[in-house]
Amino acid sequence: MYTVPLPMIGTDMAWREAAKRLIGAGVSPPDVLWDYGNNMPELFATAAPLPAPTRRVKAPQSFVQMAETVVWHKDPQRFARLYALLWRLRHEQGLMQDRADPDLARLRQMEKGVQRCKHKMKAFVRFRDLRQGGDRRSFAAWFEPTHHTVEPTAPFFARRFADMDWMIATPDVTVQFVDGNLSFHPGQPKPDLPEDAAETLWGTYFCNIFNPARLKVQAMTSEMPKKYWKNLPEAQYIPGLIAGAEEKVQQMRDTAPTLPPERAKRIQERLRKQDPDAKN
Amino acid sequence: MDLSQKLAILSDAARYDASCASSGTARRDSRDGKGLGSTEGSGICHAYAPDGRCISLLKILMTNFCIYDCAYCVNRVSSNVQRARFTVDEVVQLTIEFYRRNYIEGLFLSSGIIRSPDATMSDMVRIAQRLREVESFRGYIHLKTIPDAAPELIDQAGLYADRLSINVELPTDNGVKAYAPEKNPATIRKAMEDVKVRKEIASERSYKGKRGKRFAPAGQSTQMIVGADISTDATILQRSTRLYGDYKLRRVYYSAFSPIPDATAKLPLIKPPLAREHRLYQADWLLRFYGFDVGEITAARPDGNLDLDIDPKLAWALQNRGIFPVNVNTASKDMLLRVPGFGTRTVGRILSTRRHRHLRYEDLLRMGASLKKARAFITALGWTPGALTDSANLRACFAPPPKQLSLF
Repeated sequence: MYTVPLPMIGTDMAWREAAKRLIGAGVSPPDVLWDYGNNMPELFATAAPLPAPTRRVKAPQSFVQMAETVVWHKDPQRFARLYALLWRLRHEQGLMQDRADPDLARLRQMEKGVQRCKHKMKAFVRFRDLRQGGDRRSFAAWFEPTHHTVEPTAPFFARRFADMDWMIATPDVTVQFVDGNLSFHPGQPKPDLPEDAAETLWGTYFCNIFNPARLKVQAMTSEMPKKYWKNLPEAQYIPGLIAGAEEKVQQMRDTAPTLPPERAKRIQERLRKQDPDAKN
Repeated sequence: MDLSQKLAILSDAARYDASCASSGTARRDSRDGKGLGSTEGSGICHAYAPDGRCISLLKILMTNFCIYDCAYCVNRVSSNVQRARFTVDEVVQLTIEFYRRNYIEGLFLSSGIIRSPDATMSDMVRIAQRLREVESFRGYIHLKTIPDAAPELIDQAGLYADRLSINVELPTDNGVKAYAPEKNPATIRKAMEDVKVRKEIASERSYKGKRGKRFAPAGQSTQMIVGADISTDATILQRSTRLYGDYKLRRVYYSAFSPIPDATAKLPLIKPPLAREHRLYQADWLLRFYGFDVGEITAARPDGNLDLDIDPKLAWALQNRGIFPVNVNTASKDMLLRVPGFGTRTVGRILSTRRHRHLRYEDLLRMGASLKKARAFITALGWTPGALTDSANLRACFAPPPKQLSLF
């Protein structure tokens, strides 16, 4: 029996290294306990060190890629499920192409969940200006991801916001980007971030780009589920926009067509003079 | 007027443009620490408004003053909406500050036509140039070009912008004549042709093998208003097929005509035909990714419109039941793509899995096929639809139940 401790930061590399050694030594899935973030009661913990790295272990590239994503899922069974599939892959060629295999299908579903969570994090993190002065501007955000996606998503923010310092705090992990260096730290409770006037402007934009004649609430919530709303500054306006939509459209319908403003005639005449080819 | 009021007016005026795409452009990032922003292939929707539309870009008009009088447009010269105009600096600052807070992927800048097409276009180009050259902005820029603007200005626009677009506005030339009297369909087509040619030149290598500067790497797109004139879906889809073919457009957007403030008497306000818009997008996808042609899709109904109750692929399959059921274990890729309930992804998964073993009904479920639709049209290991494929009430299984007309 092996107990493999997995850290909350650097989970992917730790799992990969351990899985390589275990599969190399032929340790079967039931003989491995995966201990994420030191949660395992000591009762089960055995001090047996991992087998030494042996021969080169081969796994299909498609499995490695999938595992790199699935390790960030919140399901406590993820490591065991991945290892079980890796175990099967020793003898089942073509298993990775079998889109209907139940074990693989489950892992693919988890992979999709993590990808979606990463995507939503890229979309819904909202920075606030910390106004600290200095050469580089500083921003910070609070975010609550569904899975453990801070670490795999951080490089995206580093590629995008390279000329400023920023921090994304989450309950599990906090990521900082200072002077071009990315670092990960333990999570923290929601910090008090200073008010940012740009949020009001963003709210103005959100309210005005909305077309009340096309109300489709479900289409919105399926892509922007309510669980994200509490950290989105624009979400506070949604109930009001929905409630007032019908009345706004009715007003447009009820208003009788108005006469064109004075300048309209002048402008149109000038336009026609300029361009004799114009129709009419 | 303060910035907030201007933003309110000029985003309100921009919401009738359907496009908010920020995908499919050249890859860029700012890892060198000398700029701001990145584009990485797929676009990101940073928020959704209650109309279900994605908010990816800061979509605004430079100004909503306009000398044209297009009946469907909220900004036409004869409308009494409040007018405003951004300065170059304001647009640049808004874009950068929104981008830094991760609200947006970039800017979609459009404009009413002021003074002259050239003057308007050159102001827009100046904004894009400032963003790129002064602010080192590497995010996404979409410029709506003005059809009559000088070719040099379009050339410049394409160097700074990821995407250029020109709206054809209405599906037929007569429609444009009737509702947008100052616009000329031939000029619009000429402008699209110019962008296409300019893009082709940019992609060619010189005799030394060097590539020219990239020109609008995310291509060009256009938009048609649906439901303002009497065009049928067949007319609209024929038009978009030509647009895709002739001008290599990346996307044609369909925008259901929706009520605008201070509407003209020329164009009475209707409930926006959202279902129709949705069916047109589905048909558009069938044309581009599923190997259908316009005739097949629009043949289902004699009036040339799409069936609003069921999707166009299902409508086609119900008309052509003789071809079905198809065997998922042996059918060709082209044929699988035509099965209702199978998307391109499902088809890809079927093809890769059946190299290894025969597929059962349950396998298809796990692959994400919509079997509620597909089951009547396929056979698999342990599944045949029997008489279902040819049953007279098959359509009724999919269409919403008939409603009795209200007496009031």
